[in-house]
This record gives sequence, C-alpha cells and structure tokens, in this order.
Amino acid sequence: MSRAVRFVPLLVLLLFVGFVTWRLLVPNDEKIRSRLTGQPVPAFTLAPATGGIAGLSSKDLASGRPRLLNVFASWCVPCIAEAPLLDELKRSGVHIDAIAVRDRPEDVAAFLANHGNPFERIGSDPESRVQLSLGSSGVPESFIVDGKGIIRYQHMGPIEPGDLPAIRREWEAAK
Amino acid sequence: MIAEAGLAALWLAAALAALQLALSLGAGGEQGRAIATVRAVAIGQGLLTAIAFAALILLFLRSDMSVLLVAENSHSQKPWLYKFAGAWGNHEGSMLLWVMVLALAGAVLALLERRLDERTLGASLGAQAALALGFFAFLLIASNPFERLSPAPIDGRGLNPLLQDPGLAFHPPTLYLGYVGLSVAFSIAVGGLIRRQVGPAIARAMRPWVLAAWIMLTLGITAGSYWAYYELGWGGWWFWDPVENASLMPWLAATALLHSVNVLAARGGLRAWTMMLALVAFSMSMVGTFLVRSGILTSVHAFAVDPTRGSFILALLTLYIGGALTLFALRIVDVKEGAQFDPVSREGGLVANNLLLSVILGIVFVGTLYPLIAEALSGEKLSVGPPYFNSVASPLALILAALMLIAPQLRWRRDAAPILPRLAPGMLVAIAALVASFILAPGIGLLPRLGLALGAGLLPASVQPLFGRSLRRTPLAVWGMALAHLGVAVAILGMASDSAFTRERLVAARPGDTVAVGPWLVEFRQVMPAAGANWTALEAELRASRGSGVTVLKPQSRFFPEPPTTTNEAAIDTSWNGQLYAVLGERDEQGRWQLRLWWKPFVTLIWLGGMLIALGGALALLGRLVRERRQRRNVEEAFA
Repeated sequence: MSRAVRFVPLLVLLLFVGFVTWRLLVPNDEKIRSRLTGQPVPAFTLAPATGGIAGLSSKDLASGRPRLLNVFASWCVPCIAEAPLLDELKRSGVHIDAIAVRDRPEDVAAFLANHGNPFERIGSDPESRVQLSLGSSGVPESFIVDGKGIIRYQHMGPIEPGDLPAIRREWEAAK
Repeated sequence: MIAEAGLAALWLAAALAALQLALSLGAGGEQGRAIATVRAVAIGQGLLTAIAFAALILLFLRSDMSVLLVAENSHSQKPWLYKFAGAWGNHEGSMLLWVMVLALAGAVLALLERRLDERTLGASLGAQAALALGFFAFLLIASNPFERLSPAPIDGRGLNPLLQDPGLAFHPPTLYLGYVGLSVAFSIAVGGLIRRQVGPAIARAMRPWVLAAWIMLTLGITAGSYWAYYELGWGGWWFWDPVENASLMPWLAATALLHSVNVLAARGGLRAWTMMLALVAFSMSMVGTFLVRSGILTSVHAFAVDPTRGSFILALLTLYIGGALTLFALRIVDVKEGAQFDPVSREGGLVANNLLLSVILGIVFVGTLYPLIAEALSGEKLSVGPPYFNSVASPLALILAALMLIAPQLRWRRDAAPILPRLAPGMLVAIAALVASFILAPGIGLLPRLGLALGAGLLPASVQPLFGRSLRRTPLAVWGMALAHLGVAVAILGMASDSAFTRERLVAARPGDTVAVGPWLVEFRQVMPAAGANWTALEAELRASRGSGVTVLKPQSRFFPEPPTTTNEAAIDTSWNGQLYAVLGERDEQGRWQLRLWWKPFVTLIWLGGMLIALGGALALLGRLVRERRQRRNVEEAFA
C-alpha cells in the first residue's frame, strides 16, 4: 500500500471533525426566510373579512408609505398573545393591514372586539391562497412592505416584546 | 437508594475499565497481563454496568419521580411496557444502554475468545476498555441518568407519544447491539495492528462478532423502517433522514466487512482492507451516535440536543478513530498481502462487492454531511433529500445486485472453466422478467424496472450455490449465504414494486363518499370518537372492497394529554399481494375530512426480505460456531 493512501482515512476524519466543529461553534440559524423578501407583493384582491372594515388588495400596500402586513386568524392562539404588541406598534405610528386566514366574519368581529383592532384594512383569505403566495405557511406572520409594494422583511410566528426593536428598525429602513 | 446504587455501580465499572486499560498497557507487569486477571476485570466491569442498567429500569417501572430522568420522560399512568421501554427512550438512558452493551461485549470477548493468542487478546481487551472508559466518562460527567430532582414532582412529563409503541421496546436495543457489537471487531483490529498479527486468526476471531452485530443491525434497520412506515403515517419506508443514514452507514461497512473477513479467514487475502473496514464500521457507529446526539443535522428524530454533549462525543470519536487510523497508517506497511488471486474469481467478486459497498457508503456519508459542508463553504442553506440518494445510490445498488447474480457462482482463486453456463439460470430469469415488465407494465421507470428484473434473476441465482452439492453435508454457512442473498432478492422486488406500482390518493371526503385507489373501492362511513389507556382519538371507519369481501380500516387522529400531542395512527390492511394504507387528516370548515390512501403492491416484501437476510446471517453464525466447537474438540482429542 503506497505511503500517501494510508493517510487518506485519517484525512477524511480530520475534514469531518473540522466541519462539525465549525457547526458546534456556529450554531445553526434555523430561520427560513421567504424567497419573496425583496420582491413585490403578489397581486391579489381580498374581500372584507368582517363588516365595517375595508378589504385588502395588493394595490393598497403600494401606497407610497411603508405598511406592516399581519397574517392572522381568530382561531389562532398565538395571535391573541401578539395583539397587544400590534396595538403598541400602531400607537408608535406603524400602519398595519391584515389578512385573516380561513376565518368567518363573526369570529373576526369577536376577535377584534376582545383583543383590540390595530388594523386599517382586513382582507379575508378563506382558502389560504394569498397567504401561501406570500410564502407564509403559518399564523401569525408579519411582513413589512415598503411604499412601492416591495416586501422588505418577514417575521414568522408571533411578535414578542424582544422583536419590537428589530421591527422598528426594519420599518425605518423601509421608509 | 436504587438510584445511588446504580450510580455507584457505574463509577465502579468505570474504575474497572481504567484498571483494565492500565493492565493491558503493562501497569501490572506480566501477572497483570495474564489473561485470567484481565478476564476477571472485564467480567466485573460488564456485570456492574448491567446492574446500573437494571437499577434504571427499576426506577422507571416504579415511576420514581424523584429521579430527574424518570420525571422528564415517564408518567405514572403509562402502560408498563412503555415505562420499561421509556428507560431508553431518552438520551441518558439510551447512552447507558449503549455503554452496557459495550461493557458486556468486552466481558463476553474476555470469557469466550480462544482463537487469539493471549497477548493479542490482551491488546484487544485493552482497546475495548479504552472505548468503554470514554463512554463511562461521558455518562458520568455529561449525562448522568441517576440525577435526583428535589422536590420530587407529583407526576412525570410523559413519553413522546410517537415513542409509545411496542416498536420502541425492540428497535433501539437491537440497533445498539449492532452498533456496539461492531466495537469488538474494532478492538480486535486494533489489537491485531498493535501486535502486528494481521492474519486469518484475527479474521476468525472477528467473524462471529461481525456476523452477530450485522444481524442485529439488519433486524434493527428493518424494524425501524417498518416502524417509521406505520407510525409516522407518511406512507414511505425510507426517508434518507440523517438518523436513518446513521444506521445505514455502519450496516454498509459491516456488510462489506462481513464479506472481506471471509476472504481473510479462508484465504489469507485482503488483510489491509479488512482491517480498514473493521475500523470504519465501528467508526461509523460512533459518527452516527455523534450526529444523532449532537443535533448537528436536522432530523425527524428530534433527540435531546445539547452542544456540550455533542462536543464530548466529538472529542471521544476524534481520539478513538484518529488513534486507530494513525495506528493503521503506521502498521499497515508491514503487512504482507496473502494469497494472490485472479480478477475473475470469488475473491475478485468479493473485492468488487467491497468497492461498491464502500462507494455507496461514501455517497451516503457525503450526502448526509453535504448541507453542513455547503453552509461552511458558501453560507448557503440547503437540504439533500431522496432525489440525490435515490438517483445516485440506487444505480450502484443495482450494479451490486447484478454482481450478486455472478460472484457466488465463481470459484476461489481462479476460475478457468466456462462461466456462462453457471450464470444462465439467473440471467435467463432476469431477462424474462425484463421482457415481461415491458409487456405488462410499459409505463414504469427505468430503475424500478431493472430492480424487478434483477430481483427476479437473483431468486434462482441466490440458491444456485446449493445445487450440485450434498445438501446434508453443505455447511450451514453456505445455507446462510443462500438465504441472505435470497432475502436481498425479495427486498429488491418489494422496493421496486413499491416504487413502480404504488397508487396514492389524497382527497377531502365527507362521510358517505367513496374513493377509488388502485383495485380498491374505499367507502368513508363515519368518524367516531375512541379512547385508549392514555389517549383519546377521532376514528374513521373505512370499508374497503375489491371484488368480493370487505375489510374495515380504522385510521385515527390521536390526542395524547401527557405531553399534549396529536399523532396520526395509520390503518393498514395487509393482504398477500400488498397493503392498503389509510391516514385520517384534519377536518375543514365544510365538514370534509382529509383522507390519504395508498395501495402498495408487494411492499411487505421489503421487510420480509430484511428478515430473511438476518435469518441467513443467523444460520451462518450458528454454522461457524458449531464448526469451530467441533474443530476445537477434535484438536483436544488429538492431543489427549
């Protein structure tokens, strides 16, 4: 057996140890970002989700000013936890629109009555079509869309107090 | 008290492992090297570890919630089988099981091994003790299974419902016996390299261990595959998940080793290669354990993820594998290769088998680690899934199957006689099956088609070595080979049939609807609540019929309160020619239920084949042991 070949297995081991040590030192970032970040919002038009609040279309999102788009549902428990933080964002001047996924008008109305209504428009997405076209697979999820209707930021899962600085930063950046 | 006793037994066992290592390094002088001394220490170490494991089982059976591990993984309201199996359904318990198998394997080696000279056996037992010592340290420092919890909670957190299945009781212990059984082959190879004794005696000592470990791995993988198939409710039998690959890699190495160790034992050839495979096989077990336990790769097997533990195992495996491979690199130059052979010979066929298995092993290894490599080099996140593995590994596996048609018919050393007549039965059946597949199923893919042809050809080819011999005098090992190869043929037929002929329907159905899948008409009757010992469920009633006769299938969507989890329990109807597989999903607002139905012709052959392979291995092992005992008795009588 030639001299060099004898050391090949050892070399493979060292390569393996090198790669996994790197991974142990740099923990995996499990976030999966939508490929649509940096892309325009796909075109859609949604009927109002409940009485008294306008529906939502993609044109409403390209309004010249940034907007926060919240994907939620009345049946979603984390959305309740998130509601007070959306109110807080609204008070600090963030314009928020929403898409209610697989919901019924009376349920949406009850949700808004119980947990506050920070939304300017709410579109109803009964079969999750628009949600899926946004690259979102769960509720709640939030997007920051800039004045030209381009998605700048995606936040998956409920917004928690610790997330507010990042969201405000992205909001300022989208202006 | 039980917990403390278990912990004390574990510490004592660790101390004995340290003593055994020191003795084999020469600390006790010649007396310390004497095999009687080492044997006593090794057996003591094995027994103490078994006591520790028994203590853990007892704690789980008694639901002693003052022990952290029990509180986190068990619940007093659980059926006793799951309390029992729950002892290894968690990180610490399963590592204790691993260490117990390691220590017991060392004890059995010390007790029974007679083929090796004393010094080589002593070196091998030293290597085994070094392995055990590291894993004892890992348990005692980073994963103490006996840690107390104060104050004790009123009840435990429960076991992951996916694991609340009889499969858990058997699947991990079987796999562990296999993984860790390979440690003995590793230790014997290290002992042989240290003592510069790399010859047939080493191979004969190693062979029963390799066979036994390989049987266990085969059974464990087969059982795991079936368990995933019915428990996960995804309708597939192999997902190329990192943890599945972690069990497949040692199996591939052990399969190669199993074949090359025979060449070394019988013909004195393939010395360096056999030693390498013996080191690689257990290395793959350790790498697999590391990948599983560190959580470095994303997997459906969400084990306790802890970077400290990961680093610990990584340090151990670097030390052990690195040390062994360095020893190999330094010593292997001195090893003289044994008898020469022609390329067209049994040895030639076995070398080709080894190369193909090693390439497949390399492919699985690279594919499993590729997401990690890609992210380290380019920062890109990606996943490697079935498309890669299926398209790269399957063709090689088919070439291997084609080789299996040929190689067992070849003679040792050189084969000058015309070969074609011997290959005719397998070849003709394969060609006939190929032609038949074009006529009967013109639309299927190339790989399944080749799989059907080769699988069919292998049926006669694998039993052919039995022909032309006196069956009564044929060694059991040859029967074992024929049966194991037959098992491969059967498994290939099952896999090819599953990928060629499976029919799948995903529908939203209302009670009263009828769905057609393959030859079946499935009537969705109703959904009713159901309850078990520690779960409640929604259960669908499906009436499936084809031609005459009706089968009732009851897939469930189960809810477990402890811990709160929902699982899908698939309902499977097995008939001689396949399985009808039904999964109940969610209900939508319009009152329609998601129903997933598969008709999988001959899918059961996959696991039947796996069991035949293991049975063949068991026959071969029995044959080897019986024959050796007889030979030893003859030698003793000759000297008497």
